[in-house]
Amino acid sequence: MRRSLVPLLLLLALLAAGCGRDGSTSQEPPAAKRIVSMSPTATEMLFAIGAGPQVVAVDSNSNYPKEAPKTDLSAYQPNLEAIAGYKPDLVVYSDDPGELAAGLAKLGIPAMKEPAAKSLDDTYAQLDQLGRATGHPAEAAKVTTTMKAEIAKIVAAGRPERPLTYYHELDKNLYSATSKTFIGQLYTLLGMENIADLADKDKSGYPQLSAEYVVKADPDLIFLADTKCCGQSARTVAARDGWKQITAVRSGGVVELDDDVASRWGPRVVDFLKTIAAKAQTLEAVGS
Amino acid sequence: MTVTERRPGHDAPVAPGPAPARLRAGTLLAACAGLAAVALLAVLVGPVRLAPGAVLLELAGRLPLVHTHSGLSAQEAAILWQLRLPRVVLGGLVGAMLALAGAAYQGVFRNPLADPYLLGAAAGAGLGATLAIAYGPDTSGWPVDLLPMAAFAGAVAAVAAAYALGRSGVARSATTLILSGVAVAAFLTAIQTYVQQRESETLREVYGWILGRLTTAGWREVALVAPYALVSTVVILLHGRLLDVLAVGDDEASSLGVRAARVRLIVVAAATLATAAAVAVSGLIGFVGIIVPHTIRLVAGSSHRLLGPLSLIAGAAFLILADLAARTVMTPAELPIGVVTAFFGAPFFALVLRGSRQAP
Repeated sequence: MRRSLVPLLLLLALLAAGCGRDGSTSQEPPAAKRIVSMSPTATEMLFAIGAGPQVVAVDSNSNYPKEAPKTDLSAYQPNLEAIAGYKPDLVVYSDDPGELAAGLAKLGIPAMKEPAAKSLDDTYAQLDQLGRATGHPAEAAKVTTTMKAEIAKIVAAGRPERPLTYYHELDKNLYSATSKTFIGQLYTLLGMENIADLADKDKSGYPQLSAEYVVKADPDLIFLADTKCCGQSARTVAARDGWKQITAVRSGGVVELDDDVASRWGPRVVDFLKTIAAKAQTLEAVGS
Repeated sequence: MTVTERRPGHDAPVAPGPAPARLRAGTLLAACAGLAAVALLAVLVGPVRLAPGAVLLELAGRLPLVHTHSGLSAQEAAILWQLRLPRVVLGGLVGAMLALAGAAYQGVFRNPLADPYLLGAAAGAGLGATLAIAYGPDTSGWPVDLLPMAAFAGAVAAVAAAYALGRSGVARSATTLILSGVAVAAFLTAIQTYVQQRESETLREVYGWILGRLTTAGWREVALVAPYALVSTVVILLHGRLLDVLAVGDDEASSLGVRAARVRLIVVAAATLATAAAVAVSGLIGFVGIIVPHTIRLVAGSSHRLLGPLSLIAGAAFLILADLAARTVMTPAELPIGVVTAFFGAPFFALVLRGSRQAP
């Protein structure tokens, strides 16, 4: 047991690091030409703002967009030598599990930390920082403006009369995200109520719920952010003991999300909002 | 720390004759009553408040010839029958199996630090689970989950490998067996870590499994464990007297007509089945297999005829209580069960240890 706790602590440390709010170590060299991205979200941002051609390597989890030069570089265990091998003039990362920042500094490689966003404003700020670092400030500003406009449009169209309750599932063990988290705020934009909020006694933002509690809370919608990692689907949820009682399961309110889109804070949050808004509207139509 | 004081001849009834440490009916009855009380408490208390009277009525309604109207809604009945009750039952089964297996391992290897994972069951189960998560086919449509099967197979295969390796050594002693278990465990853990690093997207699910869980327990898991639990329990309990003889040493045991290696094989096989079944449905829950048998030794004595049944009952009660804490302390959020077993178990064990030292 002791041995198995070590990875947990590491994971927690990672999460804590992700929540650190120290922003970027913005050294902002003039327009980086050889970028290594160790963060899937940063990769998506870089390509969205037109800096894609300057990206020489991305980490093994950067699976979007397709043209991103995916490598074996691991963001969990960054290998400094392997990163340096790409001769980068900028390394972007979201978490530093070890001595990544210190090591890069030793090698004289400029680095930017773009940690997990806590709000949409963080997303916009990161787009801006990446835009300036890569010589695409105007495109970055345009991406931000477009995002804001689209989100405003979705929000304006999608406010339900009665607030829908929802459960956002992170994994099979019923870890969830509250409305205080980045993803939770997006649901709040659409006027939805999060059933995990009451469970977050230690304010981690990511409580593990009891199955009993989920059944009792009886959410209108269940969003599965564990379809890729853990093979969950509307069918597997319906097959869980006792879950057939839940309104979302009975009325087709189980939504299979793309784990990646639902866990990143890049421009694709607009797609995510569209998905959940569309589902909320069909449910409204059925209910009325 | 966990070494119980053993004076030679004190805890080892050598001859079959009238043993001082036979389980009295009264003790057994008291233990069973305690377990029943704990189980009832765990069924009554949970993150969702169900009226205790209604729950009792609902439970009574399932008894033959009893017809009651409990007043529970369909939703509340589902919470009781499909979520809370199987979780309590599974917690009890897993706790019982781990404690019994721990007691058996400690007896077979004459090693107070032996736990159910001693011969590589944990590492094997971990590798099996990781392989199933990383490379297994999508089993969402299957009637059974691949994950527990893979973990079970991994655990059994690991112990079998350790046993084969230990047997081929010069001396078929308990020590050789333990050492080959260490080697097998290290080897399998290396493979598991490698696979986990290669397939990093499976990391979350693997950790979730390793951390131990009863969160998603259902009757399916209960049905999976129950047959192995039954067989292992019967075999281990029947070998209680032979384990007592084994406590004096292999040579002495053989002079009494007990074939140490054979007893060891049978008991290890049974304990491994129990451990593998428990691990398969609940992940790795540590500590139960160590502290429960030792606590029983300290308060009731160390004859295996007593230790086995009492460990079984106390293990069940302990894990049901630990799980009760796991699901109510932070209600309606959950705590990892492994954290609870160690957090509450270690101080409790220290107290028992202290108390037994002060006793004359």
